[in-house]
Amino acid sequence: MTHFDVATAAVQAALDAGARYADARVMHRRYEAMSARNGEIEDLSQSEDAGIGVRALVGSGWGFYAVPDLSDAAARAAGTRAAKTAAASARVPGPATDLTPVGAGAGSWASACEVDPLSVPLSDKGDLLVHATKTMREHGADVAEGLYQIWDTEKWFVSSEGHRIDQHIRECGAGISSTAIGDGEVQRRSYPAYRGQYGTRGWELVQELDLGAHAARTADEARALLTAPLCPAGETTLILGGEQMALQIHESVGHAIELDRILGWEAAFAGTSWLDLDQLGTLHYGSELMNITIDPTIPGALGSFGFDDEGTPAARRDAVREGRWVGVLAGRDSAAVAGLDYAGSVRADGWSRLPMVRMTNVGLEPGPHTLAEMIAATDDGIFMETNRSWSIDDKRLNFQFGTEIAYEVKNGRQGRMLRNPTYTGIGPVFWRSMDMLSSESVAWGTPNCGKGQPGQVGHTGHPAAPARFQNVRVGVRG
Amino acid sequence: MRDIAHRVLSMVGPGVEAEVFVGHTALALTRFANSSIHQNVADATTSVRLRLHADGRTASGSTTVTTDEGLAGLVRRTREATRLLPPDAGWPGLAPLAPLAGEGNWDEATAQAAPDARADRVRAFVDAAGGLETAGYCRTMHAAGAFANSAGQSVTGRTAEVAMDAIARLDGADGLGRLASGRLSEVDGAVLGARAAAKARASAGAVELPPGRYEVVLEAPAVADLLQNFALYGFNGKSYNERRSFAEPGAEQFDHAITLVDDTLGAGGLGLPFDAEGTPKRRVAFVSGGVTESVAHDRRTAAEAGAESTAHALPSGGAFGAIPASMRLDPGPATGEAAELGAVVDPAAAALVAGVERGLLVTDLWYTRVLDPKSLVVTGLTRNGVWLIEDGEITTPVRNFRFTQSYPQALAPGAVLGVGAEVTTVPDGWGAAWRTTPALRLASWNFTGGASG
Repeated sequence: MTHFDVATAAVQAALDAGARYADARVMHRRYEAMSARNGEIEDLSQSEDAGIGVRALVGSGWGFYAVPDLSDAAARAAGTRAAKTAAASARVPGPATDLTPVGAGAGSWASACEVDPLSVPLSDKGDLLVHATKTMREHGADVAEGLYQIWDTEKWFVSSEGHRIDQHIRECGAGISSTAIGDGEVQRRSYPAYRGQYGTRGWELVQELDLGAHAARTADEARALLTAPLCPAGETTLILGGEQMALQIHESVGHAIELDRILGWEAAFAGTSWLDLDQLGTLHYGSELMNITIDPTIPGALGSFGFDDEGTPAARRDAVREGRWVGVLAGRDSAAVAGLDYAGSVRADGWSRLPMVRMTNVGLEPGPHTLAEMIAATDDGIFMETNRSWSIDDKRLNFQFGTEIAYEVKNGRQGRMLRNPTYTGIGPVFWRSMDMLSSESVAWGTPNCGKGQPGQVGHTGHPAAPARFQNVRVGVRG
Repeated sequence: MRDIAHRVLSMVGPGVEAEVFVGHTALALTRFANSSIHQNVADATTSVRLRLHADGRTASGSTTVTTDEGLAGLVRRTREATRLLPPDAGWPGLAPLAPLAGEGNWDEATAQAAPDARADRVRAFVDAAGGLETAGYCRTMHAAGAFANSAGQSVTGRTAEVAMDAIARLDGADGLGRLASGRLSEVDGAVLGARAAAKARASAGAVELPPGRYEVVLEAPAVADLLQNFALYGFNGKSYNERRSFAEPGAEQFDHAITLVDDTLGAGGLGLPFDAEGTPKRRVAFVSGGVTESVAHDRRTAAEAGAESTAHALPSGGAFGAIPASMRLDPGPATGEAAELGAVVDPAAAALVAGVERGLLVTDLWYTRVLDPKSLVVTGLTRNGVWLIEDGEITTPVRNFRFTQSYPQALAPGAVLGVGAEVTTVPDGWGAAWRTTPALRLASWNFTGGASG
């Protein structure tokens, strides 16, 4: 039996058990991660998992069942269990569930990959991390760490509407960090970002990062931070580096525009959203420099795919245009509830999890300036870069973020280093204060976005460039 | 599963140190929002993890493909990896033969709970909320594990869990009901729904108070967040070895009222009776009467520290260190009859509230992140209900705060003004850890921002 045959059998079993719609995903994933610490390999993890997840709609209730067994009998049993589970949902029923039409058909897609990351010898990959962490250690890092991760995912999707889609997505990335330990304080510098940089690309992504070339600098900066002055407290002009902007977009825009949150489907855990659908198309989210897109078609970005996990073809869409909120991340059922005619943002983190609304690539279109121009145009402010901590309320309004490092900006020049920088604010107030935006955009990858119950880890992308904000509260401390 | 474990060991062959962990998890979760079930899921997964040490080199791998071909592939890949990796000077050796100290919790009714059993609890929660909007989940789970290594250690175990975690909402104000147990019969959706609804109703008209330092009573869900961060950062053996933890064994770092243990096999404990390296679980005291006693170790971090493993190796390997999963903060002495304070305050916290002249009652903490791991300064927000306490009475609902607070400092000597006499077991969101704790009355908590910034 082919994987399509297995998925088809599961869908048919769900229909036979009473489902009015069903879909099934067979997934096979190989994962490899290596970490090094202080010049030695610390851990190598290699895993393989395969299974099938079946989703069934009975009346207004969904049911989902998954097993790591790709036999015909197991697939049929999973389809039947999914339909029975859906039937139990009728004990606490909701309004009728519809699915926004997206067109059904056959399709095939694969991410671009120049160098298959799983075919690169382990010894070469180990040498890369050992060399980088050894260099950091030699430059004074108390703890020098390096990590790469590789995901190689194949999936076959079949639905009762006639979808028949296969995809092969290869993702990888890497990063290093130096930790310096002082008296009662720990400082860290990472490259190229906290946890590294990731994309739907091959090992060429890691080679381009050139980890070794940045190892000494991270160690030097981590040690220097231990004796740097504290980030002052108060309101000031804030310039954020591109990687921190990616985090800012992820937390205060990406999650806020998830339609399931807006509809209250995540109310008890991830939370809701401050956005109200009645304001879609009119709400003033940010300054006119703010243009946010939802775009899973960006080559190499971590949130890219050919089809989402409901079989909707990838398509670019505006979320915020010249500061006005105009679009959401949606799935077929949530779109139907909201009366929208588009979906395409539903994914699961594996065969054993229910697909749900997730960010794809949610990013900020580049602006007209450069980072250097922003600093030159700032009389008194702070430049922060590289995310260290993030916390935001359940409506995605009230945030407090910390970065690894900051610099004073005085009279148009970057000045002394500052330690323990934090800034806090309210999402729309903050975005409306953005008055300069750089053209130096990078599609940052976030491989650790948590959501859902049971918990799922999503991979998202965020094109972002440095930007400047006015009247921001900084230096919040315990 | 024991058969799979020994089959893999036999495939590895002689001359190699090998350990195999076979885990089977059946998880079912019925999720509701807007007072109806909208996601209803279940899965059953068996995974096999193999770790090999050969010629001084170590590698590990895992698979969910348990056919002969799949298992042979796991052994082949892992064996190849050991040849390519550099020498592992810190290899701590395999766990020695040792009997289990207990069987762990098991309840057949919990393990075999059908979708209808979960849906019935959801129905009861929704009905008890009396028309308020509700959202949350009811989860049942059972896990079984078999471990075997080439040193002769071979153990099996199983565990079952039920958890309910849900809110009731009124005009945007939320009230919470959250509980985990080893027995399905102990989770009553109606009780949790009624409490959540009472809290939501009592939050109507919440006012914004200025940020600053307040005396607080933290209910069990809020205290669980302190325990969670202590587990991840403070008592993690890897963090301790790297001097990134505040923990100093032998030092009086906490108030004398604080005794903190990890106890999978004790009353209310959940989880398998051995860790991922086959070391039998036992009670481990991290803090006794305010004095830090120890940290959690797997075999590698223990060897580095010159200590014994405390059976806290994680199935995912040692990259995150050794983390306790079943922590318990011991309750305080009973103070006689609990104060009657209405439905807002959990009965377990009522006696603590009665002693507060002016302070805040906090139900839950949310989205907490560490700003500095060494001092364990954490920022986050309150959630699911905050009230002003004046002269021992709950007087006014309060809007949520942002806080920035060192967790060890909050429990430092002299800072703990009261420990509740009853404990509650609280689940984490991932079904991998549980925190059993009473409410706490603390002298000071640093609120650094109001709801509006």
